[in-house]
Amino acid sequence: MLDLSVNVHKLLLKNPVMSASGTFGYGIEFDDFIDVNRLGGILTKACTSKNRDGNRYPRMAETPAGMLNSVGLQNKGVDYFINTIYPKIKHYDTHIIVNVSDSTVEGYMEVAEKLNQLDKITGIELNISCPNVKEGGMAFGTSCPMAGAVTKAVREVYDKTMIVKLSPNVTNIAEIAKAVEDEGADSVSVINTLLGMAIDAEKRRPILSTITGGLSGPAVKPIALRMVWQVSKAIKIPVIGLGGISNATDAIEFLLAGATAIQVGTANFVDPQVCIKILDGIEEYCNRHGVQDVKELIGALES
Amino acid sequence: MKKFIHDFEVTHNHHITDDYFAIYLKCPVSLPQILPGQFAEVLVSNSTTTYLRRPFSIYDVDYKRNELSLLIKKVGDGTVALSKLKEGDTLNLIYPLGNSFSLPGGKKALLIGGGVGIAPMLLLSKLLHEKGYKPDILVGGRTSNDIVEPEKYKPFGEVFITTDDGSAGEKGMVTQHSLFSGKVKEYSAIYACGPDPMMKAVARVAAEHNIPCEISLENTMACGIGACLCCVVETIDGNKTTCIEGPVFDTRKLKL
Ligand SMILES: Cc1cc2nc3c(=O)[nH]c(=O)nc-3n(C[C@H](O)[C@H](O)[C@H](O)COP(=O)(O)OP(=O)(O)OC[C@H]3O[C@@H](n4cnc5c(N)ncnc54)[C@H](O)[C@@H]3O)c2cc1C
Ligand SMILES: Cc1cc2nc3c(=O)[nH]c(=O)nc-3n(C[C@H](O)[C@H](O)[C@H](O)COP(=O)(O)O)c2cc1C
Ligand code: FES
Repeated sequence: MLDLSVNVHKLLLKNPVMSASGTFGYGIEFDDFIDVNRLGGILTKACTSKNRDGNRYPRMAETPAGMLNSVGLQNKGVDYFINTIYPKIKHYDTHIIVNVSDSTVEGYMEVAEKLNQLDKITGIELNISCPNVKEGGMAFGTSCPMAGAVTKAVREVYDKTMIVKLSPNVTNIAEIAKAVEDEGADSVSVINTLLGMAIDAEKRRPILSTITGGLSGPAVKPIALRMVWQVSKAIKIPVIGLGGISNATDAIEFLLAGATAIQVGTANFVDPQVCIKILDGIEEYCNRHGVQDVKELIGALES
Repeated sequence: MKKFIHDFEVTHNHHITDDYFAIYLKCPVSLPQILPGQFAEVLVSNSTTTYLRRPFSIYDVDYKRNELSLLIKKVGDGTVALSKLKEGDTLNLIYPLGNSFSLPGGKKALLIGGGVGIAPMLLLSKLLHEKGYKPDILVGGRTSNDIVEPEKYKPFGEVFITTDDGSAGEKGMVTQHSLFSGKVKEYSAIYACGPDPMMKAVARVAAEHNIPCEISLENTMACGIGACLCCVVETIDGNKTTCIEGPVFDTRKLKL
């Protein structure tokens, strides 16, 4: 019998396939297309201490094999999440991990402290890497002292599994990974979007209202894979790999590069059933390669 | 409403002019009910420039033949690729998406379509006709080449035409049509879809005459199913998603 389960710190995932924050709503948006309960976990869209309207439209530009977004953390705040959204999603029989973001360390702490009270929220993912907000966001994720400080502060108020999501917009991602590991992160997810830009030549104008935005989709996969490989060699805590994963082969590559689990983001827009196809494909790969336990694949890159 | 994802079979790709085509698609299962104004997210191919799906209004529905159609204008790689599809090819759709138009308060309504924006007006004129309303359909375009299949609307209401250059119908923009100096007061609702400047002008005229007005927006979308928040429009009640809470909005609610 094939064992697909993996451990991300205290979380036992029934399989390594999760949905990425900001690309899967709260899961309910996908109920018409897949059985969300089959996933290893779902990452909700960002949750902040207060309501945020996000950036102005246009927030999206398609680019070769990918897209830029500048949504800017639009959400109604943690209290709204607890009172209105949580009751609608807590029935899911999978790990629900809330993506936490804010502009201040106090803001991150407030959200984490409140989420700590919710039984069915088994973990949080600190988004210290959002390129789409003016203050905070990516600033926390691009320097070791700041990444360490926010991780340490949230660790003090949150005792379940805390994943820190890293920014690829840095010169040395392994250093940042070490900094958050040292301050008590239980896992890291690698990568958030890459800062990019798109221009409408006819109009001589930027396409996004914010001029720059975050690049995702197959275009970023080689970079994400390289970073997962670098980070997994540098730290001991589990790495969750994401960036451009669109099929089971991509997912296997991330596991081989050192990821314990993977997340699927932009690909959900193209095929809302892709997470399940990836899950079935991983199973098929294991059977074909005589793998009994998917954990055998983690970091099993041969050189 | 439940959303579906299916592989449709192309039964006919009708080239109307060099720029416009209508593609007829057969559903592999029984078509669910589709409301006027709803759209589909179409998977173009695995080409790198058309990675995301493309949204198109549902043009017509034939429940007996189990077919729906899309009316498309060629503007870029995705729409050009779709224009090349042949009978027997398959096309993957997520549908039916979005909300719908609300019914008018009185008998008479004005439906306005600019260019390919006319697409959602076919189902709407059909529905209004079926329910005993009296729709007028005003079709606008830059030239006569942009007036696409106006005869389709004739069974359901009276058709009026404007073109910027006067090559068909009255010359000028839709809001300059003589309807707006004459019988406009008879309308209990105005519905419009087309380029932004046109919709703004229509919303303004509707407000001047105090007529409820709904427009269908074509904001760029990444997912079409409410998951990404890329397609939002500012309303007096905050940001709303065009793909779930729209594409149809009451103009009094929009910050135009
Ligand atoms: C709800 C909705 C309903 C729509 N209904 C129809 C329809 O019935 N028939 C139809 O022909 N088109 C419709 N559109 C627009 C259609 O989605 C775009 O024209 C199409 O995605 C362009 O794809 P492309 O690859 O050919 O062009 P691209 O290469 O993506 O773009 C080519 C050019 O078209 C512009 N463009 C792209 N997307 C849009 C958009 N959403 N709105 C305005 N300009 C755009 C780009 O700025 C660019 O200049 C609808 C859009 C929405 C959101
Ligand atoms: C529209 C959109 C919204 C996103 N919102 C968030 C977010 O709120 N928080 C976050 O940590 N990452 C967010 N991301 C980043 C993704 O979770 C993911 O890290 C990134 O897109 C790379 O993975 P992918 O190529 O599989 O999409 C968003 C991405 C997209 C495309
Ligand atoms: S297109 Fe994704 S939320 Fe509307």
